[in-house]
Amino acid sequence: MKTAQQKPSLVGTGVLLVGAVYCLIPVVWVLMASSKTSSELFTTFTYAPGTSLFSNIADLTAYRDGLFWRWMANTGLYAGAGAALSTLVSAMAGYAMAKYRFPGRGALFNILLAGVLVPGVILAVPQYLLFAELGMTNTYWAVLLPSIISPYGIYLARIYVSASVPDEVIEAARTDGAQDWRIFRSVVLPMMVPGLVTVFLFQFVAIWNNFLLPYVMLGDDKLFPVTVGLSGLLNQGAQQPAMYSLVIPGALLSILPLLALFLLLQRFWQVDLAAGAVKS
Amino acid sequence: MRRTLRGSLVTLTVSALLLSACGGSSDSDAAAGDEPRKPGEKVELNFWSWAPEMDKTVEVFNEAHPDIHVTVNKQDGGDPAVTKLLTAIKAGSGAPDLMQAEYQALPTMVGAGALADIKGQLGDDVQGHFAEGTWNAVTLGTDAVYAVPQDAAPLMFYYRADVLEKLKIEVPTTWDEYAAAARKINEDDPKKFLGTFSSNDAGLFAGLTQQAGASWWGIDGDAWNVAIDSEPSQKVAQYWGGLVEEGVIDNTPMYTPSWNAALNDGSQVGWVSAVWAPGVLAGNAADTEGKWKVAPIPQWNAGESVTGAWGGSATAVTSQSKNKAAAAEFAAWLNTSAEGVKALASISNVYPADTQNSAAALSEPPAFFKDQPDFYEIAAGVSGTVNSFTYGPNTNVAYSAFNDAFGKAATAKKAAAFGEALSTMQTQTLEDLKANGFNVK
Repeated sequence: MKTAQQKPSLVGTGVLLVGAVYCLIPVVWVLMASSKTSSELFTTFTYAPGTSLFSNIADLTAYRDGLFWRWMANTGLYAGAGAALSTLVSAMAGYAMAKYRFPGRGALFNILLAGVLVPGVILAVPQYLLFAELGMTNTYWAVLLPSIISPYGIYLARIYVSASVPDEVIEAARTDGAQDWRIFRSVVLPMMVPGLVTVFLFQFVAIWNNFLLPYVMLGDDKLFPVTVGLSGLLNQGAQQPAMYSLVIPGALLSILPLLALFLLLQRFWQVDLAAGAVKS
Repeated sequence: MRRTLRGSLVTLTVSALLLSACGGSSDSDAAAGDEPRKPGEKVELNFWSWAPEMDKTVEVFNEAHPDIHVTVNKQDGGDPAVTKLLTAIKAGSGAPDLMQAEYQALPTMVGAGALADIKGQLGDDVQGHFAEGTWNAVTLGTDAVYAVPQDAAPLMFYYRADVLEKLKIEVPTTWDEYAAAARKINEDDPKKFLGTFSSNDAGLFAGLTQQAGASWWGIDGDAWNVAIDSEPSQKVAQYWGGLVEEGVIDNTPMYTPSWNAALNDGSQVGWVSAVWAPGVLAGNAADTEGKWKVAPIPQWNAGESVTGAWGGSATAVTSQSKNKAAAAEFAAWLNTSAEGVKALASISNVYPADTQNSAAALSEPPAFFKDQPDFYEIAAGVSGTVNSFTYGPNTNVAYSAFNDAFGKAATAKKAAAFGEALSTMQTQTLEDLKANGFNVK
């Protein structure tokens, strides 16, 4: 909906360019540093490519019989399963809070809002103590379960349902004799897809990048996600030098799936942002 | 101990969170007995360690002991593992049976009730395998035995033999000679330094004061005392402060990219470090292979032979273990048996604390020092001369006070500031002990 053909603002473009460079420089650094041997890393020009990208990746793959790829698979499991379950729970909770009238609904929503403001980092230690009580630390569940509840996801889902699922549609379905579960599954859920993609992406990225929770919960490095595993490679104790030439390519590889996911789901994200802007 | 994620916000936040979650002493019962063992039943033990290839070293034990199976969980080096253990102890579950712990962390762990006294489970011959100073570190000077020493880390002096030879400098044997050599090297090429004062490495500074005769903490009856700002520590602080002020010693912290580069390009031509240094040099200064040599650390008084330590760790049995006897058996095997010590040295690449079996286990010099066949003879010579030193229950507080105070002093490049930094450390450490309810003299 263009109103007039405007000349691009020089200042605006400049600011955006500076912003783009600011965001891309670290990525270029990671790319360049990944290709260097550990002695090249500290001696050659920072943004010049090195000579050993593939041998670094081969070394990383060989490290303790491919432990790195196990970390990647773990992260995939934590982020994939965690985000999927979290999205489902958010959809159900958000729908219930938006469309059902029940006592305590307002209070519940306020608690939820407060939950959005509490950073997950603060909860890691109490969660650890609870899981220790249950004897469930150092298991896959210790990382998966806390990831399933996301106040922000529920909040987003609730907002999205209020804005994009009209009461009339639900009433019509009910008149046709559909039960609650059927209404949710066949009517509401399809209408929520763009919003849920956003919730899924948010949660996926949050779990993928999460460090503190798995760091606190897990003792066995076969359960580690890639974030905790890589940080451990830098903390080798006294006898070994830090393995920069493994950690940096590892960091590079660990962001590739995120990039792929964003490129794939980007369209839905845009739809959602636009939808929110119009309807609110 | 060496850390690489220096000043990392994440680490700081994590430690702060976990420590606040587990302050105070634990209520777990360190003397709890083992679960009864049925005959023929296999005991499963969990071992937290950060030594490289420890799982393969432990494999040797598992093969020879059909009734005990040890699983290694590799940990981040040093402090993070301690913090994690203390949290698990406080939470009541989740701790391993065995734990690799640095000597300076032992008092903290004992204070939190995290470690079991295994004196009764160890054979009488175990103590004889270790130097007196090393054994002291695991008993904390009490009648209990909280761990079996695993690796020792006596301080030595590493230098670029080619550079010293070119300038016709004798290898310094006293700190006066070291200062003279540093001046000569810096005079010849202002970009070259014989060493650096690292305000990130409290462990090294503690080791240097240990050599001079300091002991930062002490136990007097049931009270702790703090002697960080003591005459020997002041001597060390003033010495290094003087060299930094003069500009003949660098003030770049160690384990930074610029320090790594300086080692590799030959602007750092000396390093006072521990026996594990070859691994670090091989990783950070690969281009200088074959040019380094090691000598005993310079002395304060000519003719003496004493040193300090930087790092080193022990194998401890945790108070949560349900199989303390089996765990103690493993700890003794790993650190005092001929096979265990050999596996530690050859597979996990650590310098064993055991004095009886190490010579046989360490016949070859480290690959980076292959031109110095007597490397481990020199190491063995100095490892018996480590001064005794008591760490305290808040070593971490003293170390972070060191980072702050000496960081400022090193940047200011004033010898007087080094002395003041030491008294700042003393005050903060003492205040922290009092604030945490320790009986302090």
